Amino acid sequence: MSSLDNQPLANQPPTKQPHKTQSPTSHQGLHAFLAGLSGVDQVGAEARAAALGTRSIKKESKMWAIDTAISMVDLTTLEGADTPGKVSAMCSKALHPDPTDPTTPSVAAVCVYGDLVPAAREVVGDRIHVAAVATAFPSGRASLDVKLLDTKDAVAAGADEIDMVIDRGAFLTGNFGKVFEEIVAIKEACGDAHLKVILETGELKTLDNVRKASWLAMKAGADFIKTSTGKVAPAATLPVTLVMLEAVRDYYAQTNTRIGVKAAGGIKTSKDAIKYLVLVNETVGDAWLTPDLFRFGASTLLNDLLQQRQKMLTGHYSGPDYVTID
Amino acid sequence: MTFQYAPAPESTAIVNINSSNDLFINGEFTPGHGAPFKTINPATEEVLAEIAQANEEDVNAAVMAARKAYDKSWSKMSGRDRGKYLFRIARLIQERSRELAVLETLDNGKPIRESRDVDVPIAAAHFFYHAGWADKLEFAGYGDNPRPLGVVAQVIPWNFPLLMLAWKIAPALATGNTVVLKPAETTSLTALLFAEICQQADLPPGVVNIITGAGETGRMLVEHPDVNKVAFTGSTAVGQAIQRQIAGTQKRLTLELGGKAANIVFDDAPIDQAVEGIVNGIYFNQGHVCCAGSRLLLQESIAEQTIDSLKRRLQTLRLGDPLDKNTDIGAINSREQLNRIIDLTKSGEEEGAQRWSPDCVIPEKGFWFAPTVFTNVTQAHRIAREEIFGPVLSVLTFRTPDEAIEKANNTPYGLSAGIWTEKGSRILAMANKVRAGVVWANTFNRFDPASPFGGYKESGFGREGGVQGLGAYLTSEESS
Amino acid sequence: MIGNDRVEVRKTHKLFVGGAFPRSESGRTYEATNSQGEFLANVAKASRKDARDAVLAARTGFNSWSKATAYNRGQVLYRIAEVMEGRKDQFISDIQDAEAVSAKKAATQTDQAIDRVLWYAGWADKYAQVFGNTNPVSGPFFNFSIPEPTGVVAAVAPQDSSLLGLISVIAPIITSGNSVIVIASTASPIPAITLSECLATSDVIAGNINILTGDPAEIMPSLASHGDVNALDLTGITDSELQKALQIEAAGTVKRVRSAPVNPDWRATPSLSRLRAFTEVKTVWHPMGM
Repeated sequence: MSSLDNQPLANQPPTKQPHKTQSPTSHQGLHAFLAGLSGVDQVGAEARAAALGTRSIKKESKMWAIDTAISMVDLTTLEGADTPGKVSAMCSKALHPDPTDPTTPSVAAVCVYGDLVPAAREVVGDRIHVAAVATAFPSGRASLDVKLLDTKDAVAAGADEIDMVIDRGAFLTGNFGKVFEEIVAIKEACGDAHLKVILETGELKTLDNVRKASWLAMKAGADFIKTSTGKVAPAATLPVTLVMLEAVRDYYAQTNTRIGVKAAGGIKTSKDAIKYLVLVNETVGDAWLTPDLFRFGASTLLNDLLQQRQKMLTGHYSGPDYVTID
Repeated sequence: MTFQYAPAPESTAIVNINSSNDLFINGEFTPGHGAPFKTINPATEEVLAEIAQANEEDVNAAVMAARKAYDKSWSKMSGRDRGKYLFRIARLIQERSRELAVLETLDNGKPIRESRDVDVPIAAAHFFYHAGWADKLEFAGYGDNPRPLGVVAQVIPWNFPLLMLAWKIAPALATGNTVVLKPAETTSLTALLFAEICQQADLPPGVVNIITGAGETGRMLVEHPDVNKVAFTGSTAVGQAIQRQIAGTQKRLTLELGGKAANIVFDDAPIDQAVEGIVNGIYFNQGHVCCAGSRLLLQESIAEQTIDSLKRRLQTLRLGDPLDKNTDIGAINSREQLNRIIDLTKSGEEEGAQRWSPDCVIPEKGFWFAPTVFTNVTQAHRIAREEIFGPVLSVLTFRTPDEAIEKANNTPYGLSAGIWTEKGSRILAMANKVRAGVVWANTFNRFDPASPFGGYKESGFGREGGVQGLGAYLTSEESS
Repeated sequence: MIGNDRVEVRKTHKLFVGGAFPRSESGRTYEATNSQGEFLANVAKASRKDARDAVLAARTGFNSWSKATAYNRGQVLYRIAEVMEGRKDQFISDIQDAEAVSAKKAATQTDQAIDRVLWYAGWADKYAQVFGNTNPVSGPFFNFSIPEPTGVVAAVAPQDSSLLGLISVIAPIITSGNSVIVIASTASPIPAITLSECLATSDVIAGNINILTGDPAEIMPSLASHGDVNALDLTGITDSELQKALQIEAAGTVKRVRSAPVNPDWRATPSLSRLRAFTEVKTVWHPMGM
């Protein structure tokens, strides 16, 4: 379980060590650290995000941006009605998003419920990542034991990425220690699998909470911090992603460790996706413009990216019948 | 390949610039009698057009047209109908917004992003706001029979040519005055396009007259004996000269002059937004802003990290073609202004302040100045006292709130101030103590027609915008 | 009876600066006479140096007075009226002497002067509600405008209405929290001196109100050009050339200038223009976010 050593939380010396869990001496230290984070002015953050949204991208840059965005997609299906057949079809699309154009990059990963990991792995092999949502997704309302089992089960089935949810109830009641320890435990259960920590910002409500939760998750060992489950509105927004990117940027400045960010839910168009790339580029720099450090959790976005890509190549707009529906 | 913003230039095809431009007097474009002058695009130094210069004869004609319009039509018209003309103008500005934005950027050098998103929409908003006042003046708190003053002479600067025109003309017309306006010598084009808008609105002839020219034209206008009120926005030196010129007359005066605003950042500020506010405060419109946050006061405990964050942020600013929608920093408006900025920044270095600018490629032609930060600045340095009116930030530090207030107020100016802290009580205390007409707390450089704007001390007197702004154009309270 | 032949104790008429009663540092006096030209008293003739001292006192006074609560300012103004009421007979006699008017007219002027102070006393905690407001800007911001005092105001009282005119100039300036240096009517300064004695005993903060006697043409130019004076009230300047010269001087530091009114009627209920003239509107913006 969590290894509570005596490292102070604040002012961590920069380290070149691989990312590992940093634990508080006590939860008081964690509380003090989170309370000491600078506040976020919502109006200012929204204005900044909106201003970046007006950046214009054209021609070659746009082609590059679309391919980059495709390669960052975690192609997702998280429905109660999901079946191995549905997942297999989606996985085929993930590998070859545009069967008519082999230059189209594969997406970064597929994202499915834990029991469908074998179906996904069977199609994609080790060509792309398989991410499983775990820890009683999406609500996270289960005991830690259940969450650990959920995680271990998905990893054992072949998931190399775990998308966990934090305990928002605990977070909102100020029980940061519980949230922290749970992430530490899940991280341990992940073994070599990468851990994405879903903050579910739509339930945290304030940008102050988003910043706090981001830091909490990073300090507890998250490899990625992720906005949303996609089951709660609002899901990813530009201001929320901006605040998370700022946290990642500041964490890097302190620790020399790059944490990834995943914007999930609600991003449907290429135009939106490009706004996110601009946000990434201007907030944390182009080192983050890689699927290793930025992802889109999406389903319908991919088809819009593909249509835009076809338009760029052919010079005319295609229709929905020219991209596959899986 | 790394991420790059491809140039995204706004097309100039939308504007049709006349090669030579007349004065706008009594509803007609009429040739000027002075020697015409050229206006250039400061980003390329290319001549855009020739502009008429109004001489004494032209100034007389313009004032006479305004007087006639005041006596014959405008002062007799109902407030409701005056309001309708203002609504028309507001709509026409919106309809021709793209044209106005491109023209403003060409003539002024400001980024199209700003002329498109700030200057033009707020100009239209000023006409909308004041249109509604025209038939409600007796409810504005200036007595139950507020009266217009008569003919108003208005002289405006080059930093927000159309917006300053709107700030001046909208309240003057709403209150029933007629106007002779002189735009700045380097930025006449949008004012002349506005004259066309007045024609399209069928505004009665002479209600708005626009005379172009240099300082001498402005002086003749201000001194004209048939002018009842003078409204000026510009430098403190010229404002003082105008105040002297009208001494001994019955002319009313409002002045909106220079500034050297303190932008005060406390250690509990929302730091990412504060950094944005610092950037917006001084690099917006190339720092050609009278209320610019040109003195950054940082609490010592966060000074170093904030300067680091600021420098990192400045590296993402894009300087270049003002017509490019991705440009953040456009061209300096004139060679004269560029030289002044160069002089003052030189003095900063000579006086021992530390100078820093991000790497940026300066175009070969045109007038440009890289965003610049001076650290280790003290109150005694010229760059902490004089208005630079360019993209140059002077950084000072403080230890306590009292020290911040003392430094913020230690200037002959008093136009604006910024306060960044998440402690509500401190915001209110600081806002109360700072001697400035506009206080932005946890934001900066926000403007709205409903919000009065204007300074304390040598930043001028009178307000523009809001119910307070109407007072500058009305006589009502019988004085004793 | 000996009592009837008592030799009265006469008063030395001095300036009122910083809450004290100094003589002019120049040592000069001038003769105040009644309208028949008969000698009334020697009155201190303030110098430019006295004016500079008064600016220092007024700035100090401003720093405290402008921070007083509006309620407190109203109470102090009310206290001035109370003390004036107690000195009514002296004011009536002063005005009779100075302006050669009937006892009845002098009494009316005194009553109106006291009532004028009371009128402004009530404004102290209300004018901000009338001049200030919130502004519905188009964006997520709370925006409000409030009036604040301009600072140190140098004023010239009217020459003719020696008490009511004087009070009508002083009261609106201090109501909002300004300090004032006022030059009393040159020809009729004695009611102003009596007033200063009322002010000294009515909780007025030292330096908030400073009363000089002398010649405005001599004193005002140095006040008009003084860097620590924020505004001028030229009510008592009837000489148009002097008014113009002072306006020109004022431009050096962009002072607010209120010109001399034409044919003022001091008996009429004032407008708010005097209160408004010496206030600055401050507008504050703050975002509204969660």
